[in-house]
Amino acid sequence: MPYRYKSIRNMACAVSTAALIALAPSLSLAAGNVTFGQPVEPAGLDPTVGAPVASGEVTWQNVFEGLVAVDRDGNITPQLASAWTLSDDGLTYTFTLRPDVTFHNGVTFDSTTAKFTLDRILSKDSTNGQKALYSVIDSVDAPDTATLVLHLSKPSSNLIYWLGFPSAVMVEPSTADSNKTTPTGTGPFKFDEWRKGDRVLMSAYDGYWGEKPSLDAITARFISDPQAQAAAILSHDVDVFGKFEAPELFSQFKGDDSLSTHVGVGEMEIVAGMNNTRPPFDDIRVRQALMMAVDRNILIQGVESGFGNPIGSHFSPASPYYVDLTGEYGFDIDAAKALLAEAGYPNGFEFTMKVPTRSYATRSAEILQALFTQIGVMAKIESSDFPAGWIKDVFKDTNYDMTIIGHAEPLDIGIYARHPYYFNYNNPAFDAVMDDIAAATTPDARAAGFKKAQEIIGHDVPALFLYSAPKLGVWDAKLTGIWENGPVPSNDMTDVSWSE
Amino acid sequence: MNAASKYMRRAAGYLFVLLVTSFLIFVLIEAAPGDPAEIMLGTSAQPDTVAALRAELGLDRPMMVRYASWLGGVITGDLGNSYTYGTPVAELIGDRLAVTVPLTLLATLLAIGISLPLGVWAAARPGAVTDGVATIFSQFGIAVPNFWIGLLLILFVSLGLGWFPAGGFPGWGDDFGKAFSALILPAISLAIPQAAVLTRVTRAAVIEVTHEDFVRTARAKGLGRNRALWLHTVPNAMLPVVTMLGLQIPFLISGAVLVENVFTLPGIGTLAYQALSQRDLIVIQNVVLMFAIIVIIVNLIVDGLYAVLDPRLRTHK
Repeated sequence: MPYRYKSIRNMACAVSTAALIALAPSLSLAAGNVTFGQPVEPAGLDPTVGAPVASGEVTWQNVFEGLVAVDRDGNITPQLASAWTLSDDGLTYTFTLRPDVTFHNGVTFDSTTAKFTLDRILSKDSTNGQKALYSVIDSVDAPDTATLVLHLSKPSSNLIYWLGFPSAVMVEPSTADSNKTTPTGTGPFKFDEWRKGDRVLMSAYDGYWGEKPSLDAITARFISDPQAQAAAILSHDVDVFGKFEAPELFSQFKGDDSLSTHVGVGEMEIVAGMNNTRPPFDDIRVRQALMMAVDRNILIQGVESGFGNPIGSHFSPASPYYVDLTGEYGFDIDAAKALLAEAGYPNGFEFTMKVPTRSYATRSAEILQALFTQIGVMAKIESSDFPAGWIKDVFKDTNYDMTIIGHAEPLDIGIYARHPYYFNYNNPAFDAVMDDIAAATTPDARAAGFKKAQEIIGHDVPALFLYSAPKLGVWDAKLTGIWENGPVPSNDMTDVSWSE
Repeated sequence: MNAASKYMRRAAGYLFVLLVTSFLIFVLIEAAPGDPAEIMLGTSAQPDTVAALRAELGLDRPMMVRYASWLGGVITGDLGNSYTYGTPVAELIGDRLAVTVPLTLLATLLAIGISLPLGVWAAARPGAVTDGVATIFSQFGIAVPNFWIGLLLILFVSLGLGWFPAGGFPGWGDDFGKAFSALILPAISLAIPQAAVLTRVTRAAVIEVTHEDFVRTARAKGLGRNRALWLHTVPNAMLPVVTMLGLQIPFLISGAVLVENVFTLPGIGTLAYQALSQRDLIVIQNVVLMFAIIVIIVNLIVDGLYAVLDPRLRTHK
């Protein structure tokens, strides 16, 4: 049957020829281009509309800038405002604006555009997801083109910080409505094209007021699957993954000399929130006992392959105000059992964990479930579709016993003073401390306030404080200037360059 | 009954099916938990901001009003604006079809190109080496999911050999070769499971026809084994293969959802997946309705092919 072998050989030949024909050169390394990857494609590119995280990761500092900015160390620096003063009563901010700033469409930035931006955030039909952060602003004045005055309804030491965030970037009135799809800002890069579902293309803006960036063009690529993210960075289709979210795949990058890896600190705290009004979680002793049943190190090992820092309160270890409270209700099975017995549950109890469909959450839930059995507590795990199902069921309707979620907003300990909020936690002493922080006029008073706040919830345990998520970065070894830590979720490419 | 009125009745039947489908799609998607405005604004938003966005998106109108306005729009060709992207849905779907249609076509061609020769060769001599190869291939192809094949291809062919990009799609505008090569590995991952099923069906159909009287007659009047096989057996075995192909195309489209995610292709599958997790209701409604239309069109084409393949099924005047 020689003919049969021949035909198989013919087929093999045809297949390999087809493969060769299809093989097109796939190299795209122009000198001044950088492609950065991120897992979530934003719903729109304007961070002042909707939720700011994913849109800010593309456009903040690249396309859009604010009056002030949070820098890579988490400090506030001047940006479109070159200087500012705060009145002695803490009620009036006066900003001096830079004179030489233009938007990408050529319109000059001045106090009128700045006032427009802030009024738009505060307006009745505003769809800015962070509007509440700025609601302390009572009115905005523009006495001359270079001066902007904010009148506050009460002192707020946090406001200047929030003005440096993506949700308060400056926009131009005539393009404000179209910024969602074609963003026009004052940043070093202008928007070129959004290939939806795939990438956003940006290139250097010739009329930029500040120092010109070294890169000619930047591209944001959206890759949701962790395996595909790893493949993209290993094949150098993507140059930077500032926040790589699959720690179990991270170690493979270390052996690759063409890549550099960076373990930075992020702002996300992973907490197991409890429904503080629903028995048995309404008993502080039960919550404390559950906290003592958790071995945070085992959890971090299992969930994040050992990357991440244990926390004892709702605060990032990256913050200068951080207090280490992990020892207060540290891992102690005997003490946990004793406290549970004292609360009236010597044989434990059963409850349900509603776990969002995120890998860190489902893995944490399984480990917590195992840890809780040691004190006789039986947790049933129920999966909750994230974001849609979880936001409705847990976050809004608070129809849950315990859940697990990462809080990504920086400096967000104030959520425990929100009523209503999904923890259903209410401690007037804590609320008073948050008011004190807002009214603080000195850095020391602010630091003291944050310390107190951490201690109160560290003791009350409205949520099990698990760990602070790492910011795992991997990028081309020849790239410099990328943010290692993440005080703001972003991919600031302003200072990035290729080294020879 | 003449042919024209028969086709009219069939077309009316399909339109009715589409109408019912559109209503079911709308009601089922509405019933799923999750408010698009809340999801878009994130967990920090205040109730008044959510209400403002709901009004902007038109979500504050009663359900039946929204259904009527969607249906009216679909009929007049206006599919509405995506909640999340803010751009017309028709434009979004059009952009994505430019990836998914070539991808599924390429996968279908590959599947036919693999399964037809393989199935016929296997059936020509049941129990021979080629039959063994075909059986092993179809077992493998049916057993492994397409996304796993995709991951293996990325690992060995993209990262190992560097022949093809590991994912992403450069767009048709810049460089046709580059865009086409980005579709090859995804098409192979999609095609292998399809080819496996088709190989099985082809093999079984050909073996069955081989035992028919007319094949024996053809051989008896002196036709060679191969000529009898290709001229008489294969054409008469195509009916079940075409039926199976028609059934597979909807599966191919749903398989594209997974494969597009693995290869990060901006196709209709990733659009559907993303819209679903963001509760971009208007996009989901239109995409699902489009899937329904595609299934109906494929059915029509398969019906037409029957008539081509089997003269007995042609309508008599």
